Amino acid sequence: MTIANNMKLNSLNPGQQGVINAIDAEQGLHQRLNAMGFRIGKKIELIRRASFNGPLHVRIGATDIILRGIDAARIQLIPA
Amino acid sequence: MKRIALLGMPNTGKSTLFNRLSGASARVGNWPGITVDLMSAKILMGGHIAELIDLPGLYDLHGFSDDEQVVRHFLSNNMVDLAIIVLNSSQIDRQLSLALQIKNLGLPTILLLNMQDEAKRAGISIDTLAMSQQLGFPVVQISAKYGDGCPQALQVAAKQLADKKNEISPQAVAALLEADVQIEQDMHNIVKKSVQMPAELNDETTDKIDKVLLHPMFGLPLFFIAMFLLFQFIFSAGAPLQAGMAWVLALLRSTILEPLLSGLPVWLNGLLLDGIFNGISTVAAFVPIIVLFFLVMSMVEDSGYLSRAAFLMDALMSKIGLDGRGFVMVLMGFGCNVPALMGTRVMRSRPMRLLTMLVIPLSLCSARLQVFLFMIAALFKPQQAAYIMFTLYMVSFFTIFLTAILFKGQYKSTEPFILELPPYRFPTPRQIWLRGWQEVKYFLNRATKFIVIGVVMVWALTHYPTNVPPASVGTLAGQIGALFAPILNPIGIDTQLAIALIFGFVAKEIVIGSLAVIYGMQGDALSHQIATNIDWVQGMSFMLFTLIYTPCLSTIATMKSESKSSAFMWLSIAWSLGLAWVVSFIFYQGARALGF
Ligand SMILES: Nc1nc2c(ncn2[C@@H]2O[C@H](COP(=O)(O)OP(=O)(O)O)[C@@H](O)[C@H]2O)c(=O)[nH]1
Ligand SMILES: [Mg+2]
Repeated sequence: MTIANNMKLNSLNPGQQGVINAIDAEQGLHQRLNAMGFRIGKKIELIRRASFNGPLHVRIGATDIILRGIDAARIQLIPA
Repeated sequence: MKRIALLGMPNTGKSTLFNRLSGASARVGNWPGITVDLMSAKILMGGHIAELIDLPGLYDLHGFSDDEQVVRHFLSNNMVDLAIIVLNSSQIDRQLSLALQIKNLGLPTILLLNMQDEAKRAGISIDTLAMSQQLGFPVVQISAKYGDGCPQALQVAAKQLADKKNEISPQAVAALLEADVQIEQDMHNIVKKSVQMPAELNDETTDKIDKVLLHPMFGLPLFFIAMFLLFQFIFSAGAPLQAGMAWVLALLRSTILEPLLSGLPVWLNGLLLDGIFNGISTVAAFVPIIVLFFLVMSMVEDSGYLSRAAFLMDALMSKIGLDGRGFVMVLMGFGCNVPALMGTRVMRSRPMRLLTMLVIPLSLCSARLQVFLFMIAALFKPQQAAYIMFTLYMVSFFTIFLTAILFKGQYKSTEPFILELPPYRFPTPRQIWLRGWQEVKYFLNRATKFIVIGVVMVWALTHYPTNVPPASVGTLAGQIGALFAPILNPIGIDTQLAIALIFGFVAKEIVIGSLAVIYGMQGDALSHQIATNIDWVQGMSFMLFTLIYTPCLSTIATMKSESKSSAFMWLSIAWSLGLAWVVSFIFYQGARALGF
């Protein structure tokens, strides 16, 4: 399953992967994302979404992370 | 005395290591200007006593989260002789950035790569020698949970402590914390040279369990079932333990204390037995529940399920400014508010934690349940009982949501909701036990004095002046009730009930007992007396008030010690009293207007 160029992380479907191309967030969020392993060039997979439009469960390398859709929308991907 | 600080990202095992090194000697310390509790312990290191401090987890030395600020504040105000950095070996490729930031501070440092057991299983191999050469300080692999490598780590730490004298003052650290250097490249180089990681390392067991527990359809129902079972377990196992504790205390009182103190003047006897001893008994009654609660909570937390609960509940909870972990604590509050308040410590953002603490006392705890069961039996027909009970639970939920929505602007969390989902882990019995024990010690240390003083005050209010019967309208409590009559009459509460409400500040468990003293009768006679004195509208108003106003002294004491703010404690008291009055007023006047 390839994804479109410049797709946002929050529009991935479960099981789809992409490579982080840009992170467009203010400093606080940016730092946290960085520390969690969200770095440009890293591969990221969407594992699942919580029901009722809840958070996303993603995987970067060895780390599983949950984050909200609005924060995920700041992360731009390119096809893996 | 030398001071050693544990530093690392959240969930890397700092506290596990701290507990392993400190055993039971840990205590909660106060540090200048810091609003969270830091555990510290005196440990023997290389023949000297050193002070070990478990700092909160941080992702970035320059980060903006509450915990990150706490750590910065600590390092800028306290001399540190050795920094022990704890990292999760499996995530070394990203966590090393923090180690590099700390290295830049120039403190004597050692790096512990924790969770060696998990890393080994995942096929990660780390060349600690190569890494330590590049970093310029010792690197040791350990497993804090099982103890591997810990003796060696201690030796290395002792050596570093003896060899390297810290020449960096807190002021210098504070200055360095202002600046940042380019770390990305260094991290990449070190990982490349010293770490070998398989491309994919997913824990299959965790994936399988998550498929079920986080299932889009079944995840939430399973969560509620799990919560229900845990709740049942804590409070059904807790009830007999509490009863047993009460029995022992009553026995102690009747067989030893009463004969022993019978020679004393009446007032002193009353002060010692009904004041101080009852106060201590009130504190003791919470011990079994707190132990049980944290036995269960440490399993939920350490297993990794609490973060999953946050995932499942976030969509609903974020609307009222709370998060899923807060929701778990609110649910547990329906058993007992005190441990639920203590449990909010898992929430690392202070505003969100305060918001959660503000709503927890509104959950209908089991002590209030006893009052309601008695009043309902006295004032309503058996067929009506279930509806009334249901209404009270609904009101409880309603006040929780209302409070959260009204205050969420005030207590806005600025931290992004980004949480790690750790692999499922089983805590060891030692970990579970230590947690329960630590929490009880903490509660006793922080709350005992406050609660005993409160109980003594209520005793004095209800026993002075001595020329009128205790708890009667003539006592100070009765006079206060009469003073507040202009406020209490519009909600249908007479002086007798007002005295019961004053008792209710101590604990809801004693409200029925106090009614017995106030009316001078017990059991069925008391029920009859109440039914002839007040009608059901007044009774319902009394129950609504009891439901919403401050649950008990122990809750207030916990509120104060957990928030470290008297202002917040007063806000909570004032808000719940005000809300209780408004709800009772609307109900009472509404019912009267409708002709009831
Ligand atoms: N497998 C494994 N788990 C560990 C180890 N050390 C800690 N843990 C677990 O990691 C989780 C987080 O530990 P904790 O000490 O609370 O981390 P802290 O947030 O850094 O204080 C707990 O579930 C621990 O049981 C270890 O060496 N191996
Ligand atoms: Mg910890």
